[in-house]
Amino acid sequence: MSNATHGPDLSRRGLILAGTALGGLLLSGCDRLSQAPQALKFIDHAEGLTRGAQRLILSGQPLAPEFKPSDISPTFKPNGSFHPTDPAYQALLDNGFADWRLAVTGLVNQPLSISLAQLKALPARTQITRHDCVEGWSAIAQWSGPQLGAILHAAGLQPHARYVVFHCADNLGGPGDGGKYYESIDLFDAFHPQTILAHTMNNQPLGVPHGAPIRLRVERQLGYKQAKYVMAIEVTDRLSGINGGHGGFWEDRGYEWYAGI
Amino acid sequence: MRGLAGRSTVSDIALNMSDAFPEPDGPPVPAPEPVIEPAAETPAPDAVITAEHAPTPPTETFYRHTRVVRITHWINVICITLLLLSGLQIFNAHPMLYWGKYGADADTPFVSLGAIYGPGHVLQGVTKLGPLKLHTTGLFGVSGGEIRGYPKWLTLPASRDLADGRRWHFFMAWIFVINGLVYLVSNAVNGHFKRDLAPTGAQLRPAAIWRDIVDHAMLKHPVGEEAKRYNVLQKLAYLGVILLLVLMVMTGLTMSPGFDAFAPGLLWLFGGRQSARTIHWICANLIVLFVLVHVIEVFIAGVFNEIGSMITGRYTIKTGAGH
Repeated sequence: MSNATHGPDLSRRGLILAGTALGGLLLSGCDRLSQAPQALKFIDHAEGLTRGAQRLILSGQPLAPEFKPSDISPTFKPNGSFHPTDPAYQALLDNGFADWRLAVTGLVNQPLSISLAQLKALPARTQITRHDCVEGWSAIAQWSGPQLGAILHAAGLQPHARYVVFHCADNLGGPGDGGKYYESIDLFDAFHPQTILAHTMNNQPLGVPHGAPIRLRVERQLGYKQAKYVMAIEVTDRLSGINGGHGGFWEDRGYEWYAGI
Repeated sequence: MRGLAGRSTVSDIALNMSDAFPEPDGPPVPAPEPVIEPAAETPAPDAVITAEHAPTPPTETFYRHTRVVRITHWINVICITLLLLSGLQIFNAHPMLYWGKYGADADTPFVSLGAIYGPGHVLQGVTKLGPLKLHTTGLFGVSGGEIRGYPKWLTLPASRDLADGRRWHFFMAWIFVINGLVYLVSNAVNGHFKRDLAPTGAQLRPAAIWRDIVDHAMLKHPVGEEAKRYNVLQKLAYLGVILLLVLMVMTGLTMSPGFDAFAPGLLWLFGGRQSARTIHWICANLIVLFVLVHVIEVFIAGVFNEIGSMITGRYTIKTGAGH
């Protein structure tokens, strides 16, 4: 009422036009800014903040929620690699992984080479947990396998050990070492009770689409941290020298190393 | 004769930005007595182009928005805009929504922004909302000849880039949460919520609510003393959008596998991670709806006066004598 009767209609129309033009400029400017390296470097500080905040609230090492057998997804969507093309992997698979050995190397007192039979003979933890893909979907399954912490204890960590790197058999990024999948977690997650090397899924041996013979479960992080087709575990004090230097296949392609959110 | 502004001292300590957002003179920010002056001497910002008909109705300028409300409002505008655009980028990575604890390709979504090949092998955008199936080529599902949930002009970054979308989303989320906490704590302490936003008993009577609805529908706005207070629909809208924004943070955190280990009760509250993702999306839609209505109302009520009051704090009303 107050303004409807007197003149600013013209200027209001101008304002709407100007606003629309400005909005368009802002949006295109926004988009350019959104991919400017300096801007991305600045907003990356938020990842450290998120990691720090979550580490603070998770300092008591609470468990990720576990579910009932009736909650298990009827179909668990495999993602990333479905069947590694590496001939060496194919040879292992053809032989039922009888020749497969998990190498544990790096900053350890006693490097290990563990067969699948030995791994399966270790005390296993069984958990029904939710797998959350970074894309937004979730699937629930039951996983069994030895705790990573027990294996690391057996190898004995050297004092400056900080990260555990998982080298995988699949070449998700194409042929050559640059395309190999790999992941890393720090000791905070490595020694969490639910962090296991799963060899069994829903009471069946882990299938090839899900990472046979073993995959990592690190239950308080997103799906891309759950490395499949794990061939070797390397304990290290830094991530910078490994592949792209960001601590993982997807991390080298722009995703956060800390995937708790 | 009290306006909406309260005695905010928290804001003065927390945010010393007096240059950009001047407070009226006089410590410690008492709500100033209204200055009654003829419009000809100090015209309201939107009354610069004077009416052809004389005499100009008498107006009164009063202090409406505290500094903390004004600053947090504009930070919120930036945060919500960028959160929405980056959120739609993240949504596009899996443009389907489910109800429950899990949900992926093999499960039945109840919302999807998908694509099919139509006659002649031409891509068509198909939006499914429950049993409803809509052809939305050009907007949802397929746009610019590409399979994508939301179109380029609605996502940040424009091209498909989940990694950068997430980086922007979580960076803005931190600013949004800190800004929201400043707003909630300071206005709880200074009494703004209780004084200006809590509906009174009289306002909540059905007859009073109905009268407000009718007034709104007829675009009839109050004058004089009544214009200094929020009507019940305004109060409920503002309280409602605050609730929606709190729900956004809660459902957002429920999607975090790390936060779920800390607060599994959130999963129980929202019925699972996929339900939380769906509620996150529904709340985002409702917030967009709020913003649309809010901006339309600003234009109807007087765009310069309204925006000006959210910058300077001062709002001009007609005292009623002119009508």
